[in-house]
This record gives sequence, C-alpha cells and structure tokens, in this order.
Amino acid sequence: MTEQTGGSQSASKGTVHLVHLYPREMSIYGDLGNTRALASRLRWHGYTPVVHDHHPGADWPDEAHLLLGGGGQDSGQLRVQEDLDRHADRLRELAADGLPMLMICGMYQLFGQAFITVEGRRLPGLRILDVTTTGNATRMIGPVVLDTDAGQVVGYENHSGATVLGQGQAPFGSVVAGQGNNGTDGTEGARTGNVIGSYLHGPILPANPVLADHLLEIAVTRATGQWQPEQLDDSTAQQAHQRQVMRLLAADRRSTSRVGRLLPRR
Amino acid sequence: MRSTLAIAAGKLARGASRLRGGGSALPGLVTERIDPEILAHTLSDLPGGIIVVSGTNGKTTTTKMLVALLRAHGQRVFTNPTGSNFTRGVISAMLAEIPLRARLDADWAVLELDEAHALHFARVVAPTHALLLNVARDQLDRFAEIDQTAQLLSRLAEQTTHTVVLNVDDSFISRIRTQVADGVSVRWFGVDPSSAQLLPALQEADVRVSDGAGAEGLPDSADTSLLAVHDERSFTITGSTADVGPLTLQQRGLAAMINATAATAMGRAVLGPEFDPQVAATALSTVTPPFGRGEVIDVDGHPLELVLVKNPAGFTVALGTYGSEPVDTMIAINDNYADGRDVSWLYDVSFESLREQGVALTSGVRAWDMALRLEYDDVPVEHVEPDLDLALERFLRAHRGRPVRIFSTYTAMMHLRRQLASRFDLARFGEDRT
Repeated sequence: MTEQTGGSQSASKGTVHLVHLYPREMSIYGDLGNTRALASRLRWHGYTPVVHDHHPGADWPDEAHLLLGGGGQDSGQLRVQEDLDRHADRLRELAADGLPMLMICGMYQLFGQAFITVEGRRLPGLRILDVTTTGNATRMIGPVVLDTDAGQVVGYENHSGATVLGQGQAPFGSVVAGQGNNGTDGTEGARTGNVIGSYLHGPILPANPVLADHLLEIAVTRATGQWQPEQLDDSTAQQAHQRQVMRLLAADRRSTSRVGRLLPRR
Repeated sequence: MRSTLAIAAGKLARGASRLRGGGSALPGLVTERIDPEILAHTLSDLPGGIIVVSGTNGKTTTTKMLVALLRAHGQRVFTNPTGSNFTRGVISAMLAEIPLRARLDADWAVLELDEAHALHFARVVAPTHALLLNVARDQLDRFAEIDQTAQLLSRLAEQTTHTVVLNVDDSFISRIRTQVADGVSVRWFGVDPSSAQLLPALQEADVRVSDGAGAEGLPDSADTSLLAVHDERSFTITGSTADVGPLTLQQRGLAAMINATAATAMGRAVLGPEFDPQVAATALSTVTPPFGRGEVIDVDGHPLELVLVKNPAGFTVALGTYGSEPVDTMIAINDNYADGRDVSWLYDVSFESLREQGVALTSGVRAWDMALRLEYDDVPVEHVEPDLDLALERFLRAHRGRPVRIFSTYTAMMHLRRQLASRFDLARFGEDRT
C-alpha cells in the first residue's frame, strides 16, 4: 500500500494547481479518476495539490499547471460548447506555452479541428490538435493496449466518432490491441507538445502510473522549477496493468492463429 | 400448429439442457427459431394483460415484488423468475409451464425485460402495462449512452397500450409522460418530499442535469404512490387510496423500498378497486431478496450477505445500505459481457466508507484493478486473489465465525453463489419461484 506522505508530516515541496474541465458534463466513464489519481500522486510525492473543478460559466482559475478533460454524452458536449468557445484563445495560448493537458474521448474530439456529424454538419473544434472526427454508425468499444512514448498504456475505448490525424500530427500511441482513432490506421490519440488527446478511459492514469508521473513531472516543474519525486510503491497498478496486457495480447494471438485477421482484433 | 411444434421442440431442448445442467436461453432460442411469433401467440390473449418491468436498476427485485403482490390478490401470474430478461429467457421460462396445445394458465404475464430487449419484445407483442424504473449508467459498453437507454425506454412506453407507470424522481423517466399514446394512462411512483433528502445517494451522478418535476411538482397526485421512510427498515407507501404500511421488507436498503413503491404503484393500476393495502403490505413484507441482491446465506450460524453491484449508482447505494456496519468484506469484479466489460465505473464510486474497516480480499478477473481503486481511496486491502474459488475458500476460512459480506458483479456473483449453494444447501438458481 502506498503511504500518504507530505501535508502535515513534512513541509510541502510546493503547490500544484490542477484544473478539471467540466467534471459534471464530461466525465462519463470514470474520467474523474484521472484527477483523483494526480491529486493523490502529488500528495504521495510530497506536493500539495489544489483541484479546480471548472464548470460552464465559471471564472477561469488564477493558476493552472495541468488541465484534464473527459468524455461525455452528446448532450454533455452541447452543454459545454459555449464555455469552451469563451476560453478558446486562452486554451490555445496555454497549449502553445507547453502546459500539460490530458483530454479524453469527447474533450479530445473538441480539441481537434472539427467534428463532422453523421448528417454531414461540421462543428468546429478548438484546433489545438490537428485531428478531424467523423460521426459513425458503429461504435468502437473494448479494451485497448498501446505503445506510447510513456511506455505501454492500457485502457478502454468506447466511441462512435472515427478520428483521422492531419498531415504531420503525431499520434499519442500505436495500437497493439483494440481499435484506436479509427480502427484502420493503427494510431491512437494525438499529441502536440504537452497536449495529449486519447480515447482511453479506464480511467487512464491510475492503471498507467508512468504516464501519470510523466504529466506530473512537466506540471510540477512549471509550478516549482524542479521535479523531486518520491519512490512510490506502484506494485498494485503494475499488476493491474500487466494482467490486462498479457490477457489482451494472448486473446489477440488466439484470434490471429484461428481465423487470420478476419475478426476484429478484440 | 407451428406454435405446438415450436413448444414441443423447445421442451425437448429444455429437457436436454437440464440434463447437461446448461443455460436457460437455449430452449427459448430453439422455440423462437421455429415460431418467431411464439410470444404473440401465447401471451396476447391473456385475460389480464402483459406487464413489462424495465429500467437499469431493480428490475429483478421489483418484478418479484409485483408478482407476489398480484398473487396475494388471487391473480394467476406467469413470470420469468430467473432474471433471464431477454425474449429467449422469457420463452424458456414459459416452456416449463405451458402444456403443448393449451394456453398459458395465467391472468397476467409480469416480465422483467432488459432495456434493449424490451423493445424487441414489444415489436412482437405490445405490453398492456409498462413499469419504468430508472436510467443509470449500466454496462455502457452495451447501450453506449444514457440518452440512448432513455430513448429505448421511451419507445417501449410508446408501444404500451393501457397504462404506463413512471418514476417521478428520475428525469429520464418522468419526461416520458409526453410520449405515451392517446388514451394510455400515466401513473407515478417516487419518493415522498418528506424523504427526498435520501435521494441523492441513489441518483449519484446519473441525473446530473435534472429537468424532472420531483414529487413536489407531480402532474396529478391522484395516481401516485410515494415512499415515506420512517427509519432504516420501516416505511409507508402513500397513495390516493389507503396507504400501504408501515411495513418492513426482508431486503434492506432504500433501493428495495423504492422497488416496493414501484411494485405497489403498478399493483394499484392493475387491480383498481380490488387493491387491498393490507394484502399488499403482507405480500411485500414476505418477499425474500432475489439471488445475490442482499441475500443472506447462513454460514455455520453466521450471516454471509451477497450483494450484487453492477454500476456506480448501485454500488454507491449498496455501500450506503451495508457499508455502515463493520463486517469483513470481499469484493469480486469480473468483466465478462454480462458484467459490463468496462470497469472504469469503479472510479465513479466512493469507497471511503470502507476505509476504517478495510477490505479483506479482492477477487475476480479485475481483482487488481479493484485493489488499485481502493488504494486511491486509501482503503487498505489485505489480499488480492483473482481466482474466485481460491478467494472464497480463503475468505471463509480466514473469517470463520464472523459476519461477512461479498460485493460482486453479475457473473462473479453467479459463480460464487453456485459454490456457496453446494456447500450450504441453498436452493439452486432458478428454483426460487415464490
């Protein structure tokens, strides 16, 4: 079990401000867990987290060292659209300035160029990531394993939008098991600077602590000038992570040997 | 003629699959293949009607309560008692009771149906009555979005020919009142304003942007059954006719009380002036919990509570109901199709109430993910054992002589209950018909 350190026992190494965009409207598959995971890990590393839940219409917090967003229903996306427009310039500036951001599913789509509905209507996005999403009749649902710069990442995808990367847009990872951005090109998510967009719920950070600490390293360095992590016991997360990887890769091998590639990969 | 053949084939398949100890849907599948209209042929001329119970949480419990209530009033009721809530499950249940050429010996069919399958069912035979409980995030990998689940239930209400009973406190359900066909009456169940402070625990985040009326703004209170809670166990169901209760259920918790209120609302709608509050109260108070829904198993003189959890709202309510009493706890999480394959929802449940006592053991395919979730809520976990049999063995041995409780997802619950049944002489799944 990881010890909860910092706070009262020893002097804090510094305060880090996390901003969760639209926790009510855009957190349908436990994406709140990402914010909780980061706050807990900050404490465990000896820092003081401050979490700002940003709701539509609210003022922007004075300080922000890391931004998080999750997935929602279509109705949720409609409810945040206006507020997102209001903060669009600020969000683009922060992204260009290197602020770390993790945008999952619906918020990933909204951070892109546009969303084209099934009826062909074009809804503009924030254009922070060069991706375009098209509404789709069939959903891409199931467990996922990715290879990323932050190592192997596990999660669960559930999206009807198929996303295509623009010329030169780097993906977040490549699909080892699952569907990814569109089920065809083997890419998943997108990454520009320190902004990561991904379809992976899970939520993604608790089961992938290396990715969580990668984001924290950038945020903490911005907040305090340096990153001085503690040695955390992540054995539970590693077990959860490894078992999913083994299981999905084994299932993948089985389906490959039996029916070639006729069946979808999950 | 075709129906007779279909029933005969189904009965044959049923006999064969029982010999093998197999599943409950296959005989239904065989019958449905031969006569796709079999449900229409057997159900549409029941003297009473066809009552469908649907929604995310509480279908099995509510169905069982409604059946008990109607039978206590002398009605003959056919139901699908095993929670086999797909059309094939309904047909399979019917095969046990129907003679080859005769009609179903019943006044009413009371059927628990899964949201998606309720609609499939309604296309074959229109329900006369629909009882719609709630819309929560449940197995979203199947129904994809809450909005879509609400749509399915709306369309079920549109197909219903006589009476629709709606939950006034769930805005996804209450707004369906505008969707019913002309001439179809709308009745309501819900929580009395005096007990409304208890509701948020149930609603969790599922009714985040509420546009429902709530019990205070009911369109017509004359056709309403409301839950007034007295204390942890005792409550009264108010209504335009005489109140039902005060009464106490066999099953604990607010969710069960709301289920009883829903069943009562439908009972009143079905029975009209024949409805007897005293008979209803007695019937409700004698209903035993369905398998795994707070069922208490006697383990050498000490209670083992088996609690099914399948979505954030359900788990939150279960922790609120059971979490306050310090007993030794095991949590078993599978991610098979019937459980919902995505375990993200565990992060929408707060496990802080278990912090002090800790969790003895996590198990199931996602045992480590559950342990990780608890770690992030600072709940100590003694042991992680993914294998359910080994986990159960260890749990019972290490906690012998103490009250114990197991929270588990559906397929883990079925597995554990089979093990418990063979050890402690319980009724087999599907034999519980009362």
